[in-house]
Amino acid sequence: MLNELAHFALILAFAVAIAQTVIPLIGAHKGWRGWMAMAQPAATSQFILVGFSFAALMWAFVTSDFSLQVVTVNSHSLKPMIYKISGTWGNHEGSMLLWLLILTLFGGCAAWFDGGLPETLRARVLAVQASVSVAFYAFILFTSNPFARLEVPPFDGQDLNPLLQDPGLAFHPPFLYLGYVGLSMSFSFAVAALIEGRVDAAWGRWVRPWTLAAWMFLTIGIALGSWWAYYELGWGGFWFWDPVENASFMPWLIAAALLHSAIVVEKREALKSWTILLAILAFGFSLLGTFIVRSGLLTSVHAFANDPERGVFILIILAFFVGGSLTLYAARAKVLASNGVFGTVSRESALVLNNILLAVSCFVVFIGTIWPLVAEMAFGRTLSVGPPFFDAAFSPFMVLLALALPLGSLLAWKRGTLTRAKKPLWGWAILAVALAGLTFAIQSGRSALGPIGVALGVWVVGGALLDLWLRGGRGGWVDRLRRIRLLPRADWGKAVAHIGVGVTTFAVAGILAWQVEDIRVADIGDSYDVDGYTFTLSDVRSLEGPNYVTTMATIDVTKQGRDVTTLFPEKRFYPVAQMPTTEAAIRNGVLRDLYVVIGEPQGNGGWAVRVYIKPFANWIWGGCILMALGALISLTDRRLRVGAGATKTRRPTVPAE
Amino acid sequence: MRWLALIVALLASPVWAVEPHEMLDDPALEDRARDLSAGLRCPVCQNESIDESSAQLAAELRLVVRDRLTAGDTDQQVLDYLVARYGEFVLLKPTTQGANLILWLAAPALLLIALGIGWQVIRRSPARADEGLTEAEKDALDKILRP
Repeated sequence: MLNELAHFALILAFAVAIAQTVIPLIGAHKGWRGWMAMAQPAATSQFILVGFSFAALMWAFVTSDFSLQVVTVNSHSLKPMIYKISGTWGNHEGSMLLWLLILTLFGGCAAWFDGGLPETLRARVLAVQASVSVAFYAFILFTSNPFARLEVPPFDGQDLNPLLQDPGLAFHPPFLYLGYVGLSMSFSFAVAALIEGRVDAAWGRWVRPWTLAAWMFLTIGIALGSWWAYYELGWGGFWFWDPVENASFMPWLIAAALLHSAIVVEKREALKSWTILLAILAFGFSLLGTFIVRSGLLTSVHAFANDPERGVFILIILAFFVGGSLTLYAARAKVLASNGVFGTVSRESALVLNNILLAVSCFVVFIGTIWPLVAEMAFGRTLSVGPPFFDAAFSPFMVLLALALPLGSLLAWKRGTLTRAKKPLWGWAILAVALAGLTFAIQSGRSALGPIGVALGVWVVGGALLDLWLRGGRGGWVDRLRRIRLLPRADWGKAVAHIGVGVTTFAVAGILAWQVEDIRVADIGDSYDVDGYTFTLSDVRSLEGPNYVTTMATIDVTKQGRDVTTLFPEKRFYPVAQMPTTEAAIRNGVLRDLYVVIGEPQGNGGWAVRVYIKPFANWIWGGCILMALGALISLTDRRLRVGAGATKTRRPTVPAE
Repeated sequence: MRWLALIVALLASPVWAVEPHEMLDDPALEDRARDLSAGLRCPVCQNESIDESSAQLAAELRLVVRDRLTAGDTDQQVLDYLVARYGEFVLLKPTTQGANLILWLAAPALLLIALGIGWQVIRRSPARADEGLTEAEKDALDKILRP
């Protein structure tokens, strides 16, 4: 009964969304306030209806209601509770419902916290947002109904893919979706502005928090996915340039460009039509990502819905929204004249360079991802585009970006001089190069990747710190620090996020350049040295988990006679899903991770053991956390806070950069 | 618990990425083998190199790579050998031949074009004095931001 009600709620929400697409648009066009005003209650009711529907599905998973097809296929009564809950979105139907839930949540947020949006713009934003939901309601209801019943419910389910039964992955999709779908708000604002024919500083200010929030969630989502791959897949890789990873990385890159160009719109009323285009592209790449994942067109380890009908449906959605909005853009972009003027050397130009580099690097990922398809269809060649291509073609752009970042962020708005921006940076540049040289000397004869990473990391982090320091103005230490403390949150956010970029850049280079690997057969009791650590395989046992059986090894690690840790790598087998997984044992450290995997028993009674020493592994995700934190700090800036203007506490503030 | 161990041994025997017995004794040769196999795609897997794949075929290909290397092949000869048998599909790093030039050159070309356009737009922007917001716009902004 509950499931039928939930299904009905979804249909009702579909109808509401159709009304919300049409009526406010007409109202805004004709200037009928009543028609415009219906958008807000409609957005609220959509959220409530979808929320109910989602809660009902979650309840079905929690209570293991095997009369529902999705529950049968993706759950099992013995599964731990947290994975029953996360199982709600660990399958195609449920994840699309989660997508809708977040879509309506963002629509609701736009309706509830409008921050003084003009009536017509708000009506149009909500209408465009509703039109996106219409497409996805239709998709769910017509191709992937989560509430389909089974005529004869089985006694038990078929279990969730064991690889997905993991805390890192349980929360990876919701964050990614918050990011993907958050970009739908930027899209709605862009299309509404095109319909309205007007983009100004205020528009830039409204669209920025949504983009920032979406980018922050995408950052967290991608980092969670990468972290999961690192500890779960058993060889400590953290990024595979897999089509599905690329699908989330492309909107991230474009969103990063968008949130920088929105600053230019807000501060300087320039780059307007470019910003609109970026907003459309960002959401377009989100839809493309959804399409890639859902259709399984570009097969990868992730694709769990391999259904051409669904793929075609999403392709139509993609074509409609991207094609439609780009057509609108082509027709209306002319009215978006920019009136901000800036010199060749200025912060604006630097941000243009940032945008170009980010957009082109996104293009590299895009062409690399679809090239196998293009080559097969157009040239009849079956080929692969893998990590070596992306490493070679993508990295140079990131290096350029990192090189330009500190310089650009120190340039003055409107008209700057390179010499003035350069002067304080000389010290850091020399330090970066010196440290790189030192690294090169110490590591003796390994690749240049490590030293380059060191130099770029020091350069970017140093530039961000220097930026903060210079913002403190003149005067003594105390005065400066006080002023730095009082800087707008946006400045702090900028610094923290840029430091994060530097840290991640350094860490990625570091782990690739300096990781140590050891693969061997060890008998029980064997001891051996890897990179200064002594590993002893002291025991291998068989144990039983809640829904799996496991082979667990005990490996003692010492360094120069001192105990470091004892690690318990596992090899699990999930009987219901008939699937083995490896559970690496990782000792996290600030400077390095010890990463141990147990393999097959060998003929002579030994076990295959792999040991990795992974330097600076945690810094990769630490940098991502800093980036997300920077976005969060920026989000709490007074000028972005809803209704911030109302409270008039005067503080001796410095204008945000 | 013995039956458990038995089940595990019987069912959960994925042949996993680089087994100790596959490895060559000569470290220089083994390094080359690892580098090569990281760039070769496992033909039956989804986007995995033979170095990281646990499929049976990947294991066999790892041995083939090592056999060729011990037989004295250069890296390129090993790649050619595998491409001749499995097609260019196995190369994770696409060649630069024919249409693949588009793949390799599209992004650098786009960068140059984008830089050119960006430069043009920035240069062309007239040197007229910057008015910033007009009074009317400022009022409207204030009204909106301070309700």
